[in-house]
Amino acid sequence: MDFQSCVNIKKEWDIVGARQLGRDIAKKIGFGTVDQARIATAISELARNIYLYAGTGKVCFEAIEDINERGLRIVAMDEGPGIRDVSQVMEDGFSTSGGLGAGLPGVKRLMDDFDVISRQGEGTEVRVVKWLR
Amino acid sequence: MSTLKMDLSSYKDLLKQYIETQNEQALYRAEQFSKHSIQQNISPDEIVDVHVQALSELYPDIPENIMNSMNFLLETMISYGLAYQEYQALREKQFELQSEISVAANMQDTLLSTTKPNVEGLDIGVTSHPAKQMSGDYYHFVQDQKGSVGIAVADVIGKGIPAALCMSMIKYSMDSFPDEQMYPSSILEGMNRVVERNVDPSMFITMFYGLYDQASNHFYYSSAGHEPGFYYSAKNDEFSEIEAKGLVLGVDRSATYKQYETLVEQGDMIVLLTDGVTECRAGERFIEREEISDVIHQYKHLPAQEITEQVYQHFERLQDFQLRDDFTMVIIRRDV
Repeated sequence: MDFQSCVNIKKEWDIVGARQLGRDIAKKIGFGTVDQARIATAISELARNIYLYAGTGKVCFEAIEDINERGLRIVAMDEGPGIRDVSQVMEDGFSTSGGLGAGLPGVKRLMDDFDVISRQGEGTEVRVVKWLR
Repeated sequence: MSTLKMDLSSYKDLLKQYIETQNEQALYRAEQFSKHSIQQNISPDEIVDVHVQALSELYPDIPENIMNSMNFLLETMISYGLAYQEYQALREKQFELQSEISVAANMQDTLLSTTKPNVEGLDIGVTSHPAKQMSGDYYHFVQDQKGSVGIAVADVIGKGIPAALCMSMIKYSMDSFPDEQMYPSSILEGMNRVVERNVDPSMFITMFYGLYDQASNHFYYSSAGHEPGFYYSAKNDEFSEIEAKGLVLGVDRSATYKQYETLVEQGDMIVLLTDGVTECRAGERFIEREEISDVIHQYKHLPAQEITEQVYQHFERLQDFQLRDDFTMVIIRRDV
């Protein structure tokens, strides 16, 4: 897929860059303050996962606009070790980030659509969408 | 979200009322508002958002730096909102688990159900209460055609679901023995081999098996490390301990169990129990075994079933109605 806007994640500081770009696009699409904050938090989680578990990767943004709906798609990809047991990672309370209600279940709650594809040894791709209501 | 939008105008009115009067009534309504929001699963960031909107409508010329600070506050609330949602989800999960356990407890009741035998000349009473939803105590009656009654009482060390699962296994093994007169020692030896093969070594099971021969009024019994019961002699009007030595089940495959026998006189009582009875606590103190025999003595004029119930009620009250361990008591009295 061809994305116009991507942020490479290599160091912790890049998480801030990803948040900033994501928030700008969200604002342009017309998301309100609460949704902007939620989108930014989801981006943080996705980017931090890349930084912590894969080392490097990227977070890409795409404004979705068709006749009926508008929204923001975010895709986080890396070529890290992959997730061994996705179901387990999606369980509440499993998150290694200290059970602060975040992790991938948190991202799922913050966004509307959520999908994750992970292959061990090949990498992980998380695709999420927030729709403008 | 729609509920909240509907509430925006009421929140705005409330906020206005408070800012103008600063009275307690408005604060009380704020409390009601937050309770209502919790019921609607509204997270803290949404409340902040409503606050920001209400504020900007009430004071259109509010300084920009104040508005910015409110957005900053909203940002800090996002993670709290997530934690709150996670809490809600976990709470639902807990309800699910609880209802699953109560279904399992019902199944266990059905599975472990045993009929108290009706034997002429014998008065039998039994009371069993789990500390949690599922019991690790087990009791079972077997009656053969000649009128002999077999009584098994077992206790898994531990309580709750692991103990209950273990108990089901005991039940099936007991069922595999023939109903015809089986001597206590051979039953315990058989059970010992089953437990040794099938149960995790960290799990201990104690068991008492007694056989009342109605024809001769002899009581034969063996114990696998089980809490000793009481024997009440009517003639002497006194209680003594039913002493029986034996290793707990499952420790040593080749364990043997000594069989004891006693002649039961008219009016005598055999009291079998689990350690949930003897390990009752009054405050910080464990009760003395004499306290149990004293309570039984107090009610000895009643039918056996009522005695067991009275004893249970006595110790339930003593422990502030919170059992610490599963409680099982069986009383057999020779009436004629």
